[in-house]
Formats: sequence, C-alpha cells, structure tokens
Amino acid sequence: MLSKDIKFNEQDQLQNNLSPSKRSMAFDWRNYIVYIAFIGVLIYFSVTLYDDGFLSTSNLLNIARQTAMISIMGVAMTFVISTGEIDLSVGSITALSSLTAALALQAGFGLIGGLAAGLGTGLLVGLVNGFLVTKIAIPSFLVTLGMMEAVKGLAMWITNTAPVPIVHSTFNYLFGSGDIGPIPILLIWTVVITVIGHILLKKTAFGRQTLATGGNEIAAKYTGIKTNRIKFIVFLVSGLMAGFAGLLYAGRMHSGRFTFGEGDELSVIAAVILGGTSLFGGVGTVIGTVFGSIMIGTINNGLIIMGLDVSQQMIIKGLIIILAVAFGRKTLKK
Amino acid sequence: MDKPLLSMKGISKYFNGIKVLDSVDFTLNKGEVHALMGGNGAGKSTLMKILTGVYQADEGEIYIEGNKVTIKDANDAKNNYISMIFQEFSLIPSLTVAENIFLAREPKNAIGILNDKKSIARTREILKEMEIDINPKDIVGDLGVGYWQMTEIAKALSHETKILIMDEPTSSLTEKETDVLFKIINKLKKKGISIIYISHRMDEIFRICDKITILRDGKKVATEQCNQIDMETVIQHIVGDDLDKSFEWKERYYSTEGTPVLEVKNLTSNSKVKDISFQLYSGEILGIAGLMGSGRSELARAIFGIDPINKGEIYIKGKKHTIKSPSDAVNAGIALIPEDRRLQGLILDYSVKENTILPILSKLKKGIFIDHRKANMITEKFVKRLNIKTDHIFKTAKLLSGGNQQKIVLAKWLANDPEILILDEPTIGVDIGAKTEIIDIIRELADSGKSIIVISSELQELLAVSDRILVIHEGRNVKELKRKEIHSEEVLQHAIQGH
Repeated sequence: MLSKDIKFNEQDQLQNNLSPSKRSMAFDWRNYIVYIAFIGVLIYFSVTLYDDGFLSTSNLLNIARQTAMISIMGVAMTFVISTGEIDLSVGSITALSSLTAALALQAGFGLIGGLAAGLGTGLLVGLVNGFLVTKIAIPSFLVTLGMMEAVKGLAMWITNTAPVPIVHSTFNYLFGSGDIGPIPILLIWTVVITVIGHILLKKTAFGRQTLATGGNEIAAKYTGIKTNRIKFIVFLVSGLMAGFAGLLYAGRMHSGRFTFGEGDELSVIAAVILGGTSLFGGVGTVIGTVFGSIMIGTINNGLIIMGLDVSQQMIIKGLIIILAVAFGRKTLKK
Repeated sequence: MDKPLLSMKGISKYFNGIKVLDSVDFTLNKGEVHALMGGNGAGKSTLMKILTGVYQADEGEIYIEGNKVTIKDANDAKNNYISMIFQEFSLIPSLTVAENIFLAREPKNAIGILNDKKSIARTREILKEMEIDINPKDIVGDLGVGYWQMTEIAKALSHETKILIMDEPTSSLTEKETDVLFKIINKLKKKGISIIYISHRMDEIFRICDKITILRDGKKVATEQCNQIDMETVIQHIVGDDLDKSFEWKERYYSTEGTPVLEVKNLTSNSKVKDISFQLYSGEILGIAGLMGSGRSELARAIFGIDPINKGEIYIKGKKHTIKSPSDAVNAGIALIPEDRRLQGLILDYSVKENTILPILSKLKKGIFIDHRKANMITEKFVKRLNIKTDHIFKTAKLLSGGNQQKIVLAKWLANDPEILILDEPTIGVDIGAKTEIIDIIRELADSGKSIIVISSELQELLAVSDRILVIHEGRNVKELKRKEIHSEEVLQHAIQGH
C-alpha cells in the first residue's frame, strides 16, 4: 500500500515536467516486448536449427497446430484477466468437453450433437464460475481452482478414465485434423477466433467496458457499467472457448481423453501475460496473447528439434517466460 | 422576474435521528459561481449529496428553473443537467482521455463497432473549447493529477450540464494548475453554466466566486454577494461564537529546556513539503494546521519515512537519524497514526487483541511461540486504560464503532511505547463523546512524557489540545503560534489562509 503511493508520487513528478502531448509520442519498447522476444526466438532458432528444418513449411505449420488450443483459450482468457479476474478451470474443461463430445458422437447424435455437447459443457462450467464469482462473490481464483479439480474429477469419472474413440470423419476433419490446401484447419480457427476477439476487445463497447471494469471497478460502476454482468459474460466466454479447445483436441487425436489440456491453464495465463495484458486488469491485448502463445510454442518446438529432453525444455521455457515478463513489467504495473 | 436556475427550499436531513441539515435554503442563478463554505460537519457535503441524488432530503423541495423535481439517483441528477466533480477521482487510469469521457455511452455504428474517431473528435472539441492542452489519445494514468481533474471536467461537460459542483477542486493542484482551472471556470460561466464551489480557501473564493453561502451546524447562516462581504465576516460566520465546553483548552506545563526530543531541520520531501523546520520537546503537544493539500499530512509521511526526503535532517534527542522507511522510524521511537484508520491503521478482520499486539509480536515471543497470556494481559490493560468499548478482546475490530477503532489504533502504537507520536486527523469520523475522550488521552500521554504531533483540519480540536501550533501553507511553515497567544479561532483561521 505505502510503497505504491511512493511510486505514484515519483511518477507524478517525472511527468509533470513533460508536456502531455510529448509523452504519448515517446516510443516505449516495453509495450512490444512480446513481439521483440518472438522475433529474437525466431531468429535464434532459424540460424542454429536451419539445417534441421526449423524453417520448413511443415515445421512452421506444425507449430501453428500445436499452439492453436492455447491461442484460442488465451483469447478468452485475455478478457477474463482484463477484468482483473482469473480462470484456472480451462484445462480441465477441455478434458471434460472432449469426452462429452466423443460420447455424444459415439451415441449417434451426429456432428451437431457432438458440437453441442462439447460447447455446452464449457458453457455450463463457465456459467457456474460466473455465478459463483459475481452472485456469491467468491474470489475467482478460489472458484476456478475448485472447479479445476471438480471438473477434472468429472472427466475421469464419466468414462472411468477410459478414452473414447471418435470415428466421425467430418468431425475429425473440421475440428483438428483437416487441412484446406496446405493450411491446417486449426490455423484457420485460430485466426478466426483471434480476429473476433480482437474486434470485440478493441472495437466494441463491451470490450471497452471490460477494460474499464479491470481498470477501476468502482469508477466503472459509478459511470453506469454493470461490472458484474461484464464479469459473468467473460467467464461464460472463457468456458465456451475452453469447450471449443476440447473439441479441437478431440478432433486432432480422434478421441476424447481426460488427460487433454493438462496444465494448459498455466500455459494460457503465461501467454496472456507475456502478450502484455496486465495481471491486475485494465490493460489487455488479444493479438499480444496470440503472439505469446505462438512464442511459447516456438520455443517448445525449437528445443525439441535441438534434442533437449522434456525436463530441460521446461527449465528453459520457465526462465524465458520470467525474463520476458520482467522486461515488459511496465505494462504489468498499470 | 427571472426564475433562479436552482432553488433548494427548506432542506432537512436526519442521520440516526440527528438533524444534520436544518431547513436550508439555497439558490443558484444562471452563470453564477456560488461558493459553499462551512467547517467540517457543517453540512456542505450532505447538501450536495442530496442535490446529486446520493441521499434524499427528509424535508424540503428542489426546483429547477421553477419546476419541482425529485432526484433519487445519479441518473435523475444527470437528467436535470447536474454534474459533480468528485474529490476522489472517478476515472479509469488504464484508458485514454477520450475513452474515459465517453465510457458507457460510446458512439458506435449499427453493428456495434465503436466509432473512436467520433469520440476523439468530440473530445478534442471539448478540450479545445476549454483550452486544455491534452491529447485525447493520452492514457489517463500517465497524466499528472492536474490533468485528471481537467479530464473529469471535460467528462462532465461532454453531456449537457447546467450545474457543475466542484468539491475542493484545487486541493491537489499546483498554483499553475489552479490558474488554468480558474480560467476554465470563467469560460464555463460565460457559457451560462452555474458552478457550486466548495472550498476552505478564502483567497480562491474571493477570486472566483460571485456569491457565498455559509453553513454552520446544518443551518444556513448567510448568503452574500462576494463583493459585499469581507473575509473577517466570513470567518465569523463559519466559526460562530458558541465554543463547545468539552473542547476547552487546558494549560499544561512542560520544559522547553535542553535538547528537543525531535528536531526537524529544513525538511524537503519529494511530495509537498518544502523547507520545514521545527522542534518538539518532551511532554509537548504540537498542533499542525493547514488547508487540505497544504502538505500537513505529507510532513508526517516524510518524517515517518514513507515519502523520500530530498533535503534536510531529522535529529532525535540531538542525534541525527536517517529515516528511509517506516521501520527506521519505528526503531527511532516514532509512531504514526494515519488519517485513514480503516485503510492504513487497522486490519479490520483481526480482533482487538491481534491488532493491538501486531507491532510488538517480537517482544511477546516465548521460544518460537507467542506468549498469549502476556498478550492478553497487555491488551486488557489498554482496553481499560483507553476505555475501549468491546465485549471482549477477541472481538473483530470491524464490529466496533469509529471511535473505538481509533482507540485500538492508539493502543496498537502505545503498546510499542514510542517516544514520539504523530496523529493525523485523530478524531475524523468519530462521535463527539469519543472525540473528547481521545483528546483527554492525548493530554494524558503528553503528561506522561510523550512528545506528540497532532495534525487536524478541525481548528477547535487543535486549539483544545495543542501547546504550540505550526501553520503550514503550500508546503512551508509560515507561522508558529504559542497556544497562549491565540485568543480566538479567527486568529488561527487567518494564519491558515496565509494572511
């Protein structure tokens, strides 16, 4: 509390010396840290792994496939974190919805039935999250931490941990395995969701009010924004997108499994924060999130090609995330 | 005859059966800047909260342009073209100026896509009209405090406004920013907007206002044209002549010989404090008076190591001390009882006992555990000594009244046995009974040899308790008055106004 005040004063003094219009013109590279880091990673791997085919089209498309689910959940998570909340249940939701979708397909409800089951599962968990956070006023960290466990348990329980195969070829084609020409359908989904998310956050009143809710909830309320409604909606959307990611896992692996999405919530949050969204709300960027996600995916991919084992990959990935966030911390502080 | 723009008639308001407004009349004409003055608790804020729909009057009527209106909430106020600029700012720091101004009523096209060009252009227009040099695309959080206020005014003006209420608008502004604000006020006036200006600063009021209305104890005591009243009369109206007996000053004896307990030399902090020097002796109570924003709280923050010190020295019992953090200050024997006890002084969810022993945990250790028998004893001792009204020492602090909470904060610091106590607004939000008790406690503490600094905006309280009063104006100590030499509240009022 106190130290925050001091910083505020220091900042004040600094800024009073500058004219307001000059200030906004100044280029601050820290706002672009994710892009700089991404290019750095890309160049590094391009040079060191050139002979190993890092830059080959097939490898780059592979990265796109591997990161699609994280990117898509990240788009929704950007909204959640922008309001100052968090959703830890997304990883578990993907597992459960991959299974409900697979079960619906197996039971012969067809493409629409599978879709409805998977998305409906996500929406339902999102609904419970949103209800508990906004109506019962339990902190979202606790609500979604509990839901992460409960939903995961549910996913293990409905098939007694057995995977459910999916033989519906249209489903598998549309959600994960297919390509249109050279372009993987997963990449197309990523682009579509990213564009919708970006427009929603930056170009609509809903997005503006989402940022305002996280920026100063009391002021937002006084201005006439229904902040609880905004929060409810972002949890719904986050659940829905996690359900969608579950469909993509299912389609890609031709099955539903309770192990899908394990630990994804942390990768998703890392992608969002790397991208420049403030963990305390008020500042958010969908494009940044997707770059954050792709960067993590690229590091993973490069390290695998380098021949590092999983444990080494984890160490390096962790350090890079901390470094990138530390360098970009100005956006965090806001 | 022209009807006044706003007319409030016979407004009364009760809180818990206590009359805080007693049939107050208030009239505001078109294009008029009307100052609303009065001491703390005179009813200014309550009256304005009734006008903006935060509270409803228990009696009385409001007329706008001759038509009776009911104002039940912020929306009703808006529909009657009333806007208020809040002391605590209501902006989103992470959004731009234009985004803030049009928040929750953003211009958009048929499919819901925002038209930012339009809101930026409109913002630019408003800012240009006010001659404010802000880029609509600037992030509000990156701007200085002065610009925040400008943005707030622009926000109020972005929808049609006929009545603009400003509550202590200059308290956080520099002199230059104040000039800019006054220019804007004059411009608004020319456009026919009426302004209700709440302030304690006389110079400003005489500089900018057309009329003055003064409230005291919930009653209107005067409404005058500014050019037909002088400061003397205004002060008399604010102060009144009925001094509360419980606030009578009692002369105390202490020695000013030898080394002072605390000596501050040419202290300049990075916030508002400029070149302040003073001495504090053992057993002395030093009052610090000044307007809101004069730097009185900042002085306490600097001494206590919260705001970094840029220049100057602090001597404690003749020994130079470098205080860089609150923990340095505590080690040097200083305690600060901050202004906002709920935020800075207490952990509300903790019990009376847990709050009390918080600063002395290390002294209560028995092995690695807390000696609870001793802790209970100490807490019981303070509950008795300070007359804290609680069922038991395990009661949660937030369940107690404001006065008792303040006493817990006192207990908390006394438990640590400091030499020097700084109290910032010790009786704010405390009922009158507890107020007298707290004043008595302060006197007792001084009698027992503690050195005490009391910062307060309530002059009666300062006059009741201080042996000496330091007056701060714009960050500098402009006067030092011995209590014996102050014969009336007016004298102190004058000093505070910088005359």
